[in-house]
Amino acid sequence: MTLALLALAGGIGAAARFVVDGVVRSWARTALPLGTIFINVSGSLLIGILAGLVMAHQAPESLQLILGTGFLGGYTTFSTASLETVRLVQSGRTGLALVNGVGTMVACVGAAAAGVGLVLLF
Amino acid sequence: MKESSTAPAKTKVSPDRQPHRPLHLHGRFVLLVVAGGILGALSRYGFGMALPAPNGWPLPTLLINLSGALALGWLLEALARSGPDAGLRRIARLGVGSGFLGAYTTYSTLALESVHLFGAGRGMDAMWYLVASLLGGVAATTLGIWLGAFRHRSNQRVQKARP
Repeated sequence: MTLALLALAGGIGAAARFVVDGVVRSWARTALPLGTIFINVSGSLLIGILAGLVMAHQAPESLQLILGTGFLGGYTTFSTASLETVRLVQSGRTGLALVNGVGTMVACVGAAAAGVGLVLLF
Repeated sequence: MKESSTAPAKTKVSPDRQPHRPLHLHGRFVLLVVAGGILGALSRYGFGMALPAPNGWPLPTLLINLSGALALGWLLEALARSGPDAGLRRIARLGVGSGFLGAYTTYSTLALESVHLFGAGRGMDAMWYLVASLLGGVAATTLGIWLGAFRHRSNQRVQKARP
């Protein structure tokens, strides 16, 4: 049952990414892929909060599997982030590629740590 | 109302063929991404359980992310070189690319795993994990793009060789 919900949540997460990315793209037309950046940073913050809830408040482990591994795993993406970095390099925007690659990574790790920290503090 | 009655040609356009509506607002494309995402999340979970994590180092997520990055580079390059984004090519891009490979790879788990490593006092392990993911992701994607382009080039050579 948990596995079926995990899979379904992964599909819904992927659709959420598709819609959020489309909306951000229609709002802001920039060389930097703001849609994917927003998706990965927000998903990392949420998985940190979820992990904190499971650790500190004994939230059920199945919740982490369904919402964390399923929904947030499907919502956030590594392949598109890497592809967008390489496309920036290919178009000669090496500085932006560096900002996208390193910046996304630092922001995501920071967001996940902040998520865990927020729950453990309160 | 008055305008539409003076322009009868407009009424012939069926609602699902509006040319300017973006893809993410089409229900059938969203469902395609859901279907691919279900399979992608399942595959990630399966590989995550099957692959070894030596000494607690998150090797499964690294291998999943790098293989997905390689596959996405190959897919998108091969599709872009084979023709315009329409029909089966669009279905493959959205279902396999945005849906399956997007959900198969993950950034949130990567971030959380490195936070856990940092939290356990294993800063060097965390740094190696992040560097391997970042540089490995760029290398895997580049290799995938090269493979996608290579197949196209060799196909062209075959076509040229034939009279």
